[in-house]
Amino acid sequence: MSFNSIVMVKQVPDTANISGQVMKEDGTVNRAKLPAIFNHEDRAALELALQIKDKFGGKVTVITMGPPRASDILRECLYMGADEAYLISDRKFAGADTLATSYVLSEAIKYIGNYDFVFAGRQAIDGDTAQVGPQTAEKLVIPQITYVEEIVKVQKDKVTLKRKIDGGFEVLESTLPCLVTVLKDALFPRPFKARRVMAYKNAKTLLELEKMTEGNSLLYIDQLKDEYLHKGWYIHTLTMDDLKLDESRCGVHGSPTKVHKVESVVLTGGNHVMVPPTKEGISNLIDHLMEDHILG
Amino acid sequence: MNKINNDVWVFIEQRDGTPADVSFELLSKGRKIADNLKSELKAVILGDKVQVLATQTFQFGVNEAIVYDHKDLAHYMTLPYSRLLSKLVSDEKPRVMLYGATVIGRDLAPRVASFTKSGLTADCTDLQVSDVNYLRKDYKNLLLQIRPAFGGNIIATIISPDVQTQMATVREGVMRMEKLDKPIEGRIRNIEYVADPIDSLVKLIEQHRKENKVNLKAAPIIVAGGYGMKTKENFALIQELANVIGGEVAGSRAAVDAGFIPSERQVGQTGVTVRPKLYIACGISGAIQHRAGMQEANKIIAINSDPDAPIFGVAHYGIVGDVMEIIPRFINEFKLKLR
Repeated sequence: MSFNSIVMVKQVPDTANISGQVMKEDGTVNRAKLPAIFNHEDRAALELALQIKDKFGGKVTVITMGPPRASDILRECLYMGADEAYLISDRKFAGADTLATSYVLSEAIKYIGNYDFVFAGRQAIDGDTAQVGPQTAEKLVIPQITYVEEIVKVQKDKVTLKRKIDGGFEVLESTLPCLVTVLKDALFPRPFKARRVMAYKNAKTLLELEKMTEGNSLLYIDQLKDEYLHKGWYIHTLTMDDLKLDESRCGVHGSPTKVHKVESVVLTGGNHVMVPPTKEGISNLIDHLMEDHILG
Repeated sequence: MNKINNDVWVFIEQRDGTPADVSFELLSKGRKIADNLKSELKAVILGDKVQVLATQTFQFGVNEAIVYDHKDLAHYMTLPYSRLLSKLVSDEKPRVMLYGATVIGRDLAPRVASFTKSGLTADCTDLQVSDVNYLRKDYKNLLLQIRPAFGGNIIATIISPDVQTQMATVREGVMRMEKLDKPIEGRIRNIEYVADPIDSLVKLIEQHRKENKVNLKAAPIIVAGGYGMKTKENFALIQELANVIGGEVAGSRAAVDAGFIPSERQVGQTGVTVRPKLYIACGISGAIQHRAGMQEANKIIAINSDPDAPIFGVAHYGIVGDVMEIIPRFINEFKLKLR
């Protein structure tokens, strides 16, 4: 009894740790300067997939849709223990909302095939929507179990999971295959394995291999790809055409939601009355609040 | 052929037959949107023995309650709920569909939006209706879906210009629940539930829920502490101040993470959104995620030793100094005045 998992991961701007360096003078955040990181909840999702592999055997495949540099997090997945990685990348995917993203990811999952579980983090910290998981499950026509904290039991064709709900938790039993979204606090992702880092730091996407051949007439891309595949260093790279996707459902065209307006939140400023921290100051403040019927 | 309409739908979330507050908050907002669009407000209710709940919605201006009432629908389960709702939306094509941004709403809405290829915006904090010019095209009466994004560092207005159904999940507590003086004479439309094999792919084994006894949303006065309180012992002062002035205790994410206070009392983006008469922030720096949950309080007092703390940016009264000295002073002065 072994189980194959596909894990959806995302590279995100680090919106949680806003330091002074990324602040503009007007008090807003310079988004271009935020460092790109591995979305935490996706890392927890990978951990869950690896635990199932450790226990039952099977294969763990990671996929991400993103720009070429998103290969960074795919290498990190390989360091942790993933068997294979896919970068789904195409300029035509730019501007995708969750509906268009889930279309591309679901088609990539169908292309890879042969899976029992699809895992993803509950949500990514740049959008916090939690929509791509359920929307991918709907397109794959499989059950979704969101907000999962723990896998209780895995049997031949079903899984028992504990998930968070408002005010408590519930335990569900689902048939396989199913899509599971994972909460960050549920699991502590394993560190990189030194041996795997040594091996997979060389792992490269097709785009990165193409870069290596540029200006080097001795290298042929097909040969290079074969060599990397053979060594297990190849990060599969798929475009819109590779997946035979409907362009009208990708990127901006396939996205029903549009950003109409963006306002930066200003962190400075504000008009407030300074109250001296003295007995008198506080006494006056209380008087004032009592007069306004806010206190007392 | 199905007629295309301008109706506004709200998914009514119930747990053991009790409606979620956010659903009624959304009905109040939905009523205004429907008036704007000159259309009807409809509530969609799935559950077991929910006829009474259906009539309750009329107090919030519902013209029609669409009801699936069956014992198999007692508990929210993704597959039957999303299947029934997807079919309903596909058949009747409402113009707007709203859900609470709860665990249930955030599980259900994307699945329905995916099936119906609707636009969906998560975690809105405001909704408006307006004519919009987008890419040199004019659109009448679009739903403006306003939400914080990028970890709360920007406020984005999202539109879904070219689809029939504009869907949104809306955060709990951000819309006001307003009963009408006179309920609308609404109608109930019961639809028979016919089970499908898909519905039973996932089974509920057990469920444990503790109803939240803490109701921060309803508290007129909230005293909140942050990481600046330094220890759990110090945090007891927050409780004391709250007791003296008749308020509830709350905390920032940092205070919850540090174990000063349980998570059900967390105010902010991942906690509760509150709008009390008075909010006293003690030793809270005022990260954007926290401010998102409290900045609409009527009056805000910020006490912090760092004069540059962002919390002062939303405060009405600022006291710079050591919380461990200022809070006892506040308590003493208040007690003196009560005499």
